[in-house]
Amino acid sequence: MAADAPPEAETEAAVAPDAAEAEPVAEPRTTLLPGAAALLEKLLARLGDAVIESAACYGDAVVRVKPEAWLQAARIAHDELGCDYLSFIAGIDWMPTPTVAGAEEGSGDTSAPVQPRETTYGVAGSAGRFQVFARVDSTNAGAGLTLKTDITTDTMRVDSWCSVYPGADWHEREAWEMYGFAFTGHPALRHLYLPAEFEGHPLRKDFPLLAREVKPWPGLVDVEPMPGEEPGDDEAAVEA
Amino acid sequence: MTHLLLGLQIGWGTTLAIKTLVVLALVPLSALILGYVFLLKMMSHMQSRLGPMDPGGFHGWFQLIGDGIKFMQKEDLTPADADPRVFALAPVVVVMSTFLIFVVIPAGPRVQVSNLNVGVFYALAVSSLSVIGVLMAGWASANKYALLGALRAAAQLIAYELPLVLAVVGVVVQAGTMSLQGIVLFQQSGNLFGFGGLGFPLILTQFVGFALFMVAAQAELTQPPFDMPVAESELVAGYMVEYTGFRFLFFFIGEFGTAFAFAALAATLFLGGWALPGVHGTTADLLGPIVLFVKIMLVAFLMFWARFTYPRFREDQLQALAWKWLIPIALGNILVTGILKVAF
Amino acid sequence: MTTTDLPPPGDLPEVQIDPAIYRHLADAQVNVELDTGDMILSLGPQHPATHGTLRLVVRLDGERVIAADPIIGYMHRGYEKLTEYRTYPQITTLINRIDWLSSFANEVPFVHAAEQLMGIEAPPRAVYIRTVLTELSRIATFLLFLGEMGLQVGAITPAFYGFRDREYVLNLIEAVTGGRFHPNFNRIGGLKDDFPWGFTAECRQVMRRVFESCDTFEDLVLGNPIFEQRTRSIGIIPPDLGAAYGVSGSNLRASGVDWDLRRDAKPYLAYNELDWKVWTHPDGDSFARYWVRLQETRESARMVLQLLDGMPSGPIMAKVPRIIKVPAGEVWVNTENPLGEMGYYVISKGATGPFRVKIRSASFSNVSILPWLLKGVYVPDIVTILAGLYFILGDIDR
Repeated sequence: MAADAPPEAETEAAVAPDAAEAEPVAEPRTTLLPGAAALLEKLLARLGDAVIESAACYGDAVVRVKPEAWLQAARIAHDELGCDYLSFIAGIDWMPTPTVAGAEEGSGDTSAPVQPRETTYGVAGSAGRFQVFARVDSTNAGAGLTLKTDITTDTMRVDSWCSVYPGADWHEREAWEMYGFAFTGHPALRHLYLPAEFEGHPLRKDFPLLAREVKPWPGLVDVEPMPGEEPGDDEAAVEA
Repeated sequence: MTHLLLGLQIGWGTTLAIKTLVVLALVPLSALILGYVFLLKMMSHMQSRLGPMDPGGFHGWFQLIGDGIKFMQKEDLTPADADPRVFALAPVVVVMSTFLIFVVIPAGPRVQVSNLNVGVFYALAVSSLSVIGVLMAGWASANKYALLGALRAAAQLIAYELPLVLAVVGVVVQAGTMSLQGIVLFQQSGNLFGFGGLGFPLILTQFVGFALFMVAAQAELTQPPFDMPVAESELVAGYMVEYTGFRFLFFFIGEFGTAFAFAALAATLFLGGWALPGVHGTTADLLGPIVLFVKIMLVAFLMFWARFTYPRFREDQLQALAWKWLIPIALGNILVTGILKVAF
Repeated sequence: MTTTDLPPPGDLPEVQIDPAIYRHLADAQVNVELDTGDMILSLGPQHPATHGTLRLVVRLDGERVIAADPIIGYMHRGYEKLTEYRTYPQITTLINRIDWLSSFANEVPFVHAAEQLMGIEAPPRAVYIRTVLTELSRIATFLLFLGEMGLQVGAITPAFYGFRDREYVLNLIEAVTGGRFHPNFNRIGGLKDDFPWGFTAECRQVMRRVFESCDTFEDLVLGNPIFEQRTRSIGIIPPDLGAAYGVSGSNLRASGVDWDLRRDAKPYLAYNELDWKVWTHPDGDSFARYWVRLQETRESARMVLQLLDGMPSGPIMAKVPRIIKVPAGEVWVNTENPLGEMGYYVISKGATGPFRVKIRSASFSNVSILPWLLKGVYVPDIVTILAGLYFILGDIDR
């Protein structure tokens, strides 16, 4: 891969002249499709102050509700908003990604992403490290909502949606084993993907991807020189 | 004491030895013929399969030999929890029943191992012995799939033995004998509205019986659409699931040998068997096997055509078909045959 | 829904399960204490009806299923974790392997998500070619289904016809992308290549074959009375329950829900410019699922022909920076894949790789309804229902 780029080529300034047209446009970021807008309006009216924040995001509505209103939000979405379809429930860990050895910013290694060190939260914000987010859709209206809620780190639990959407069963089991937060009211939180003896929660950011720790990315090692290029550059990049 | 074989006088011991050898050779041979012609060639054409058409060059003639070599090489495995003696005996029992059917099938006026006067009855009775082997295999394998398959086979047998026998009763009533040789002779000597050139194949009056016989035989052979005991997509291979190599080959021979035997029974009972009208004596003995073979292949073609085309019934649907449709129709057929027999 | 007798998790975030108990949890799930009346049958992980490594622990009374518990994860590859260690162009290689029968369709929503975040739009010709290839992979997947379903109910012949006719479509995909199964052909901002010379004529010819093949399946399988007996009123999914379980795609449309993301989601690819129809069937059983997929195969072939007629000219790549850095933000893109709704929730923090990708795969939710669906059916119907739902293991386990 492109280990040929000088380090400064990775910065925004070097990219910009090439990507003048591809500059991100601010506009589609905050649009809201009419179907989603109607759903959002109804949900805001029904939930009142239980909604912490809501935002528009590429035509979709993202709503962050208080943890105690998580189950209620699902009920309202299912019973009153006509969101009969559960797309997924998943967790997210906002802790900054620990840097993989050798892949620091400016090391010339473009084979692995270098994530920012500071903690930032996505659309609609977050109160802490862990969040649960879910997507429900209305098969009639052809629109849907993304719902988020925070998980307090001392209890590490949130209400289960199983009573509203039976399909939440597997999604919550997955989130439980991947992030380690429990769902109150879930019938049986047992491992879904991983063996029972598995320790740790793989999708947490502090759970290392061992394959990457013990061995550098093969794409970095086996790099072939691009045509018209000195092979020496790549070796230098690897050593750096 | 002397017996006659093709007009030659030989001792009974030699006769017995020859007959045994012929039957012993016939069963695997017939299985191979059916396997080659229908399973490999016809199926390949019908399903646009490329594999079996390739080995050896011309039409993939080597495929069957290759398969045979493969089976020989396989390790003979017995599951740890299996009952080893029953497990080993089961395929033999299955093949045994196939051998026994061949004993009564006539291929000419004198080309027959034994002309029993209850030949039809005997053939149908020994053919159902195979289910004992199937049950043994299913039970001894210590495998749930095998057990399910074996129990299905038993349930299927009970449901299908009845229409099979009832379908034949019409033929027996009309011919007035249970001897297979007698039934063939009846068909040979009959005439069609005074025209004797074709004899009188009983399918002309017993077409309902023929259809029932074919359906029931298909179930008896556990071929699709009645292959629930094997059901490779549900029970993997049913009672055969734990068998490898040569033992598996035994089941294969049993399956195709029995198919051949049932095709021969159908040809004998409904299509006139070995008989050519007006041909008697030694000529018939020589031509009979060829005539019979052609008829067997015709019937087998029908069997395998259905086998490759139809999906599989569910066990309860099969029972419903047998008890609600086949058996009443067979009884009706017997009734009508009986009335007509008395009337004419 | 099935429940276990496990005590509810205490205050600890992790629920501790003794491994020894786990071994029998599958039984515990269905409240079994071993008795002589019932049999526990383990279907899979190696079983011909599970297309791979799905395991179903089934409690049987005779041949009737009392309870069934799917056990998944034998093929879990942790793609959601792996995406966090890869750059955007590297990820398309991974997600090819989620639903390996329609790999191209997997790439589209992800690339679309990255494009949306970057504010890039693929040129019209690229969009059209993407649509053609997505529909071709849909046809290939469905042709296999149409044959496979026949095989699972016991007819061998349709399976061979399915494989044979799929091969023609795969040859087309290979001609364009160079890969039969894993094209990895999408680039952020467009495609790697244009159509090869002569592709349009070849494609039209193959589409004619697809129509013929659909007619064959209609005669051979759908019109067969035994097939009808085996699939009618087997595995009925009520529309509301199906939606609440997240069952999507043709499975939900076979329950009468008129919902197709190609028409109802945020507009993507060129579907708005085509004249096509969403097929639904009111019954919701396995037969309806077969019927709907058969009609959709034809509809897709029609769409491909329309797309070839209206193919715009022009470039196939937008102007894209050499090193792809995606601005911070998050976006949800879901598309109608052959197996159902496939979606990516991509969260970016402005680096060359995503911060978190939630992969919503169709089969995962489609299969999660199995414990409900399999209650009370016969063993042969398990196979029909599994075949009718049509899942790919990679799409369940990710």
